[in-house]
Amino acid sequence: MISARPLQLRSSYDVLVVGAGPAGMAAALGAREAGAERVLMVDREPETGGILNQCIHNGFGLHHFKEELSGPEYAQRFLEQVLERDVDVLTDAYVLDIDGDRRTALMSPEHGVREVAARAVVLAMGARERTRGAVRIPGQRPAGVMTAGFAQKLVNQAGYLPGRRVVVLGSGDIGLIMARRLVLEGAEVLGVFEILPHVNGLSRNVVQCLQDFDIPLHLSTTVTRIHGRERVERVSVAPVDEAFRPLPERGWEVPCDTLLLSIGLIPENELSRRLRLRLDPVTTGPVVTSGMETSRDGVFACGNVVHIHDLVDYVTEESLLAGRSAGAFALGTPAAADNVRLVPGENVHSCVPHTITTDREHVVYLRVSRSLKPCTLRLGDVYERPLRYVVPGETVTLKVRPRFLEAFHGDTLRVEVVPREEGTA
Amino acid sequence: MLSVDVTIVGGGVVGCAIARELSRYRLRVLVLERAAEVGFGTSKANSGIIHAGHHSASTTLKGRLEWEGNQRWAGLADALGFGFRRIGELTVAFDDDDRRTLRRLLEQGEGKGVPGLELWPAERVRREEPNLSGEIEEALHAPTAAVVNPYEACFALAESAVRNGVELACGEPVKAIDRDPDGWFLLTPERTVRSRFVINAAGLHADRVAELAGVEPFTVRARKGEEYLLDKRLAGMVSRLIFPCPTPHSKGILVIPTFDGTLMVGPTAHMTAKDDLSTTAEGAEEAFAGARRLVPGISERDCIAEFAGLRAVLDDEDFLIGPTRARGFVNVAGIQSPGLTAAPAIAEQVAELLAAEGLVLEPDDAFVGTLDPPVQVAGLDREALAELAARDPRYARIACRCENVTEGEVLEAVARGARTLDGLKFRTRVGMGRCQGGFCTWRCLSLLSEATGTPVPALTKRGGGSWIACERNDRVATEVGHD
Repeated sequence: MISARPLQLRSSYDVLVVGAGPAGMAAALGAREAGAERVLMVDREPETGGILNQCIHNGFGLHHFKEELSGPEYAQRFLEQVLERDVDVLTDAYVLDIDGDRRTALMSPEHGVREVAARAVVLAMGARERTRGAVRIPGQRPAGVMTAGFAQKLVNQAGYLPGRRVVVLGSGDIGLIMARRLVLEGAEVLGVFEILPHVNGLSRNVVQCLQDFDIPLHLSTTVTRIHGRERVERVSVAPVDEAFRPLPERGWEVPCDTLLLSIGLIPENELSRRLRLRLDPVTTGPVVTSGMETSRDGVFACGNVVHIHDLVDYVTEESLLAGRSAGAFALGTPAAADNVRLVPGENVHSCVPHTITTDREHVVYLRVSRSLKPCTLRLGDVYERPLRYVVPGETVTLKVRPRFLEAFHGDTLRVEVVPREEGTA
Repeated sequence: MLSVDVTIVGGGVVGCAIARELSRYRLRVLVLERAAEVGFGTSKANSGIIHAGHHSASTTLKGRLEWEGNQRWAGLADALGFGFRRIGELTVAFDDDDRRTLRRLLEQGEGKGVPGLELWPAERVRREEPNLSGEIEEALHAPTAAVVNPYEACFALAESAVRNGVELACGEPVKAIDRDPDGWFLLTPERTVRSRFVINAAGLHADRVAELAGVEPFTVRARKGEEYLLDKRLAGMVSRLIFPCPTPHSKGILVIPTFDGTLMVGPTAHMTAKDDLSTTAEGAEEAFAGARRLVPGISERDCIAEFAGLRAVLDDEDFLIGPTRARGFVNVAGIQSPGLTAAPAIAEQVAELLAAEGLVLEPDDAFVGTLDPPVQVAGLDREALAELAARDPRYARIACRCENVTEGEVLEAVARGARTLDGLKFRTRVGMGRCQGGFCTWRCLSLLSEATGTPVPALTKRGGGSWIACERNDRVATEVGHD
């Protein structure tokens, strides 16, 4: 807890940031950078850092700091900057509501229920994990079925094991990382089962977390039934056909006491919904401009609340931008409106931001629907770039420069990732 | 040796209702419950319906107690502060056979004095419930039907009983029963209890308890019901309970607007083993097909959670409530649907039976029939919340972000008897929301551990072997003699 600096909560701020994970901290810094004087960052946990605090593995910061850090180290570096830049930090506090005029009701044991006004708001609430209900696994409901993220908190922060014989369903990064962690902690990890024909997490995690530890990976295979009255006793698994229907006759049973679920993340957009922001049905996060502004004036969003990121470094980059935009808005100098709409085309599952300008440089994040080996990324018919490979588990990052769009005079750009045409290199 | 007047074996809704009824009198009453908390069997896994009163024939015991029980719920909910809403129900007819059934139900209900029963023509049905199937030709409206959270009712009944002096022992199964001319001895793993009267309200295991006591044997079989909860977005799709016409064994697949406002579809009805609480792909198919027949807009994709419960069924499909050939041993068995509805009436009947068996019922002047409802932060307006937060900061710290449950509420639930994660969940809704406990489980475990002085590895989801976390291997290794 940041008790070193007691907070005199003001009744109005230039920028209010909801969430003090990597997105919130970078947004707060961005807002200060843009010249906003009074910035408040609120988080419901007793400490800043969000999920980074339970990510004790390394691999963070390679892009942003050009060195390899653990999650808590990465968070600590940002917290130091946040405190240095005199951002007000309110932890152990909960946002009850935000209205259309950006008046925010907060509740904390220290301050009770308080109302705070803000010229600009940045939503940085992160994401939650999909649960058993989302995939409807038949069977009993014993203890021992849990999300990989909860297990991570249990092991890395609380100091307990979630179980001793573990099966992982889903191949998201947290699941892969937890498979390795549990082996390191002395548990037995019996396998990772993924219903899709490809892994959902990063390739480097498949190598470093599964292959290096001889943890079996079963693609196109899923858990079809959970057994156990009090605690998980075993799970039935089976390969699936092209339509993801299990083939029980080819299935088998795995005795275990724990089933970890790593079946995806969902942006936490309850406040966004209350603010009636326009949401993207694919990402389920808010529709945002190139400055990360949502459909409501003065309300910005960044990080996993907008779309799920592979790397925290990308979250930081996007959130610094959101913070700078919010700061500029609060000072009455918002950026000019976007003039081009980006539309996901062939093999593009999602694309953020949703609009850009032709006169500035923008980073665009894409997720593809299916894997392709050598392929081409296309922006309408004005720009294309070869890519070595694309997989659904890894974000494609594209810097769109004004010169790419010199020949473009429309208002909608279709983004596509297509097989490389015959005859081209 | 603990010596009591009455021992109730089983702390389901029936046992708890009996305990609370007996707590009105100057008696020493003990409830023995094998599970970690009350209501953890059939009572927490059912449709949560207080039936309108007309479903079962008045020639049956369950038919008589259904309507009698119905009339007591509003008062109970008011006194004990648990949620109850009289939303009414529609039984719908798709053809002439069904329409004849509606008339039979109408007559049955009117015979029992169930008020307000009314046949609605198709136009009225469509006007009142526009999302129902266009194939529905007619419906029987029963305004007396209601919904509750059955586990809340159970907790409240138990708490009220305990406040009025009943001793509640959870996690204490009865292992053997013996008797002498003065009464009964019940053996649990903890102790031997001497009891003048024994009430067998052991639900699925009532046959086993009767066997231990050596009274007339009977067989309880388990009929499983799978239920599927739908996303909150669908709330309001129907505003009343929707029933198809019944079959001889079940009321069919219903569409249930639960007390919490979410829709639920089910229950299925298939005989199974007494420990089979699994949901199945076939069950889901059956429940959704049945529900879609009533409300075509319902989709399996909207399912967010599912569970199964077991009905305790006797061969004649009726309740068995009464004395046995052994004086002082009373059976309350086969309490299948409408058991929840009937529970308060069953409790009164049991008190009368005990009196007939020779127990003196002397009213206790100290009896307090009301309970303060637990604080629910999510339902408070801003001003009330500010006032509460200022008075007790623990109510200003959110534990469960999805359902807006505070640390204060979790601690209050522990103070009122919660000992397991499920106990916390069913009392406060902590972990029932979108994240299904992903974020709050650790906080709940540490609060529960601290408040009860129980180490985390000894905490469970719902008692027994349902542990949640275990010690790390390095810590285990330092304990000599532990493998």
